[in-house]
Amino acid sequence: MLSTTANKEAVESFSEQLEVKGRSLWDDARRRFFNNRAALTSLVILGFVTMFVFVGPMLSQFAYDEVDWGAMHAAPSFASGHYFGTDSLGRDLFVRSAMGGRISLMVGVMGAVVAVLIGTLYGAAAGFIGGRTDRVMMRTLEILYSFPFMFFVILLVTFFGRNILLIFIAIGAVSWLDMARIVRGQTLSIKSKEFVEAATVYGVSKWAMITRHIVPNVLGIVAVYATLLVPQMILFESFLSFLGLGVQEPMTSWGSLMNEGAQTMEIALWQLAVPAAFMVTTLFCFNFIGDGLRDALDPKDR
Amino acid sequence: MTTTEKELLLDVQDLKVHFSIKKENAWPWSKPASLKAVNGVDLKLYAGETLGVVGESGCGKSTLARAIIGLIKATDGNVLWLGQDLTGLDEKSLRATRKDIQMIFQDPLASLNPRMTIGDIIAEPLRTLRPDIAKHDVTERVQAMMKKVGLLPNLVNRYPHEFSGGQCQRIGIARALILEPKLIICDEPVSALDVSIQAQVVNLLKQLQREMNLSLIFIAHDLSVVKHISDRVVVMYLGNAVEVGTTEKLFAAPRHPYTQALMSAVPIPDPHKEKNKQIQLLEGELPSPVNPPEGCVFRTRCPHAIPECAQQVPVLEGDQDHQSACLRTAELLT
Repeated sequence: MLSTTANKEAVESFSEQLEVKGRSLWDDARRRFFNNRAALTSLVILGFVTMFVFVGPMLSQFAYDEVDWGAMHAAPSFASGHYFGTDSLGRDLFVRSAMGGRISLMVGVMGAVVAVLIGTLYGAAAGFIGGRTDRVMMRTLEILYSFPFMFFVILLVTFFGRNILLIFIAIGAVSWLDMARIVRGQTLSIKSKEFVEAATVYGVSKWAMITRHIVPNVLGIVAVYATLLVPQMILFESFLSFLGLGVQEPMTSWGSLMNEGAQTMEIALWQLAVPAAFMVTTLFCFNFIGDGLRDALDPKDR
Repeated sequence: MTTTEKELLLDVQDLKVHFSIKKENAWPWSKPASLKAVNGVDLKLYAGETLGVVGESGCGKSTLARAIIGLIKATDGNVLWLGQDLTGLDEKSLRATRKDIQMIFQDPLASLNPRMTIGDIIAEPLRTLRPDIAKHDVTERVQAMMKKVGLLPNLVNRYPHEFSGGQCQRIGIARALILEPKLIICDEPVSALDVSIQAQVVNLLKQLQREMNLSLIFIAHDLSVVKHISDRVVVMYLGNAVEVGTTEKLFAAPRHPYTQALMSAVPIPDPHKEKNKQIQLLEGELPSPVNPPEGCVFRTRCPHAIPECAQQVPVLEGDQDHQSACLRTAELLT
């Protein structure tokens, strides 16, 4: 039998051997985010919307560009298989909403990804290097900023024809501008912190400094801004589609579905209501998630 | 104690750091004013000794430290490290000396990256400057160093916000020591800490200094701390060194009027003595370092100033162990 003191010593030495896993700021933020009901619900709903968008077309007997000659302007009904009704050409709205959702979500997420990748690195580099480099980079940004964007899109479309790729390019070109500015501002404040000075003292290279010390510390604000950017991009694409500059028929997006639906809303309300409902839900979800992220990552600001 | 026999590590010669500042709403073509943060300081540091730097806020102590270590570019003058001038070197050539000179910062928490575990923080200098060391070797060294500074090695995976100020400062010390440097510049390492923690950290530094044969440049505005840790002391005023001496001599008989005023302001922990003590109050404000006074920089607030003080710039004079920069030193001492 071990004596109690030997036992105690064993326990003590064992506890000293244990490597205590610290809870990082990210862990804390995750916990706070999951305690936020609105954000969590939005995340779940968004999950369902995403699932519908990708699985939905497989659940229907119709293709998105297939015309059902017997059912034009048909109201939603389960019997006919047109769960959300059909549009003026007799195409199934259930499938078209899902296909349109793919485009809309893709545009939103792509815009956010481009903004995060280019915007963060561009802003962090400009802010961290500073001096003349900073001035040149920021003036370039302002020139891009002042460029009349609608004009740019119209030019692209008239030269290259209507193509979803062009929309991606156009949205990618503008989405990172704001992000770069925000990140630069944050970088300037982090740059003067002592841990950056300390890293300079032991010779950390510029690239490592940006990726290891600056970027992780701005990621919180980047994450928040990116989630708020997604609905902005979705709206932007709808706006382009509404003007007829968006995706090419028979492909569609929530924006162009709403455009078509708005023309017939007096006789066939569902043609407007269905895509509008999807869009509004998605936008709300993204905004709530963004708010939740902001509160979780920066509890001081609440 | 003679300092001449020891190895000369650092020799700062006439170091100047001027910042050019533009006034708000100034014309773009108007000449920027120059702020003379450090205006011609000479220092010598020998192996194994501690040099205290004292002075009031804004006198250029921290700028001096940052200029020595290369965080701020020196406007003029030389920083000789073992005979090699550091001021003109680029980043690549500086890497060799970076191993030898490290720094401890004022704000313990702000000097640690909040997104890194302290294991990573302490290991980063090794990983950056000594890529030749194997991974498990790095971990071992980190744990040994944590033990040395009084942290439990099992805390490697914690994050800085989970520690107290004193512990954070220990992490900062561990990070500075992991490269086994010859010189550590301490920029007010204890002024953000409680008095009891201050004593712990200062004693830790002293102990580590003995064990690792370190030299320290210890910047502080707390005279008692400086007296406790330093072998020699430099007193700075408005970017100039006004008095240099061994700790015993300087504290026993301060020569420069500014040092005398500083000493008289130190509270004595004895109510009877404290009551009878005469505090020599300095008149006026610290002059702007943008246009410091002509001649002696201290003359505007000096109780002994005479017209000559405005004409002649005093230089450090005296013997090896105690020098002061005042025209009237000899006169006032008698």
